[in-house]
Amino acid sequence: MAHLPPESLERPPGGTARRTGRTGRAGRESRPFQPNKLFWVLLAAPGMIWLVVLFVVPFYAMLAIGEGKLDRATESPVAVYLPWHWSSANFTNVWRDLFGSGAFVGAIAWRTIWYVVVAALVSLVIAYPAAYFVARFAGRRKGIFLVLLIAPFWISYMMRMLAWIDLLQTDGYVNKVLSFVGLGSPDWLGGHWYTVIMGLVYGYIPYLILVLYAGLDRIDPSLIEAGRDLGLGRTRAFWRVTLPLSRQAILTGMLITVLPMLGDYYTNQLLSGAPNTSMIGNVIQGQLSTPSAGQGAILSLIVLVVLLVPMIYYVVQTNRASRVAS
Amino acid sequence: MSSTTVSETVTTAKTGTGSLTRRFFRNPWRHPWLLEGFTWLYLIWSLAPIAIAVLFSFNKGKSQATYQGLTWRWYWGDKVNSIWHNPALHSAMFETLKLSAYTTLIAVPIGVAFALGINRWRGFLPSSFNFIMILSFVVPELIFGVAMFFVFTKMPGLDTVGLGNWAEVLGLVTWNVSWPAILVQARLVTIGKQYEEASADLGSTQFQTMRRVMLPLLTPAIFASAVLVFSGVIDDFVIVDLLSSNASNTPMSVIIYSTQHGGNGGPALNALATVMLLLSFVVAGLGYVGYRVMTRGQRIDGQQALTAITGAEG
Repeated sequence: MAHLPPESLERPPGGTARRTGRTGRAGRESRPFQPNKLFWVLLAAPGMIWLVVLFVVPFYAMLAIGEGKLDRATESPVAVYLPWHWSSANFTNVWRDLFGSGAFVGAIAWRTIWYVVVAALVSLVIAYPAAYFVARFAGRRKGIFLVLLIAPFWISYMMRMLAWIDLLQTDGYVNKVLSFVGLGSPDWLGGHWYTVIMGLVYGYIPYLILVLYAGLDRIDPSLIEAGRDLGLGRTRAFWRVTLPLSRQAILTGMLITVLPMLGDYYTNQLLSGAPNTSMIGNVIQGQLSTPSAGQGAILSLIVLVVLLVPMIYYVVQTNRASRVAS
Repeated sequence: MSSTTVSETVTTAKTGTGSLTRRFFRNPWRHPWLLEGFTWLYLIWSLAPIAIAVLFSFNKGKSQATYQGLTWRWYWGDKVNSIWHNPALHSAMFETLKLSAYTTLIAVPIGVAFALGINRWRGFLPSSFNFIMILSFVVPELIFGVAMFFVFTKMPGLDTVGLGNWAEVLGLVTWNVSWPAILVQARLVTIGKQYEEASADLGSTQFQTMRRVMLPLLTPAIFASAVLVFSGVIDDFVIVDLLSSNASNTPMSVIIYSTQHGGNGGPALNALATVMLLLSFVVAGLGYVGYRVMTRGQRIDGQQALTAITGAEG
């Protein structure tokens, strides 16, 4: 309302009448400098309704299934939507499977964590130098390097796994090379942790490289040059200037690779298929259409709660980045 | 700076004192050959397997491991097992295209409108919805897919949708709506408010400002997000795997997974994957060219266009 006097001075009455007459849709009170809020509410509404119905409600449905009952006759889980009727049977079962004696899910959870940690660290060790080189030293060839770096991003995950299945067959090219050098021909696809970790690294590294490249490319070269001018060698300039400035990109990149890796159930199925390389994703997916779907729901929620902290960290960082930009 | 510096180093090393190698390592501005070599090794490791997989799609024999000569057999030559004649593989191609088209057509308008509304309407409600939207961007796909599975099979009301095409489209839209929402918001921040205010000063209504000023300014971001959604759906696996119900609504990624995992793999799968690859590259190529055309006159070079259509700018 503070704007009202100068605006009413600027605007001839006839013009106001014509304009409000034509606005209609955005509301009668629409004025420049003080846009009608309803207009923005109407624009955002479809997306908001969509997110409530198909993003918020689904997680409540998952909770309702997890805390629900089992229909003995049809052997299928029944959702209970009212919290005061919830039963903790599934939760007790999952907790026992995770932390009790002889807990089989617990072992799988630990395996998942160590697969993902190793795969993420290996990805970082491979991705950082490559992204660093392209962002800082590619010079005039940056375009071609960037195309090659981004290419895997456009190649389907399944095709990339298929490519390795072809190569790692017992009579595949990898073994042909190995036996030519005299190293024998191991059965790569026979259920080994190293094959699965290699698959995870290969599968998720394009996303990491892209985030790292974007972060490193944003660093002002004059900052690094200033460090060099002040007597830092190449290595020390990297440790003291470049690396600290790319810390944010490293954290975001790690999140963007670790979160999907934790929900992976297909990489190990394709590259090993053996139960000794099962991950938490296989347990959840395997229970979906079975009577124990309720336990799968509880397990999903436990994973979600564990991941909530890193996810919220990511959201806060994204918001802060956009505020800084403005 | 790269090659010239090195040749200079070489000439000075010849005339000056000290060995050539020592001179080379002492030059603080030398080209990082080790790093470049590592990058090339990485690129070979990341791309050579794909090239070999494409090669096997033209393999004369049934092997996915030994090269036996070139043929079109697995594309259409074989009357039973080629991707053109095998009904499951054939329908998977069109299912993928259909899902991509529907998802893009629904997700992009909703996401763009959402971004505009949320960005200008300040308050607790819009910021919490923005929070939820970004959360949907990072939640593991399996967890989201499981929640969707329960909604479409057990939730009163929504279970009438059932598994199949509609469930897949609804799931994919929710999963992808954050692309347009995030990219448009990022673009809004860089545009600033001055164009809107100028347009309002000149007497246009909010709706006119939106249509004649904001939408044209946002077109590159909207286009880039459409490219990302379309190609994202081509590559999507988890949601469609959990929400498809039978062969008629199973897209390419799921067919490749289930057939290979079921032990029935063969060069036809490589052929299907190659078609998928071509499709993605065509979308990427069109996206790149389209983005360049839309941003001509602005200071945007090829590299920025490239990162824009991969979503790295957001």
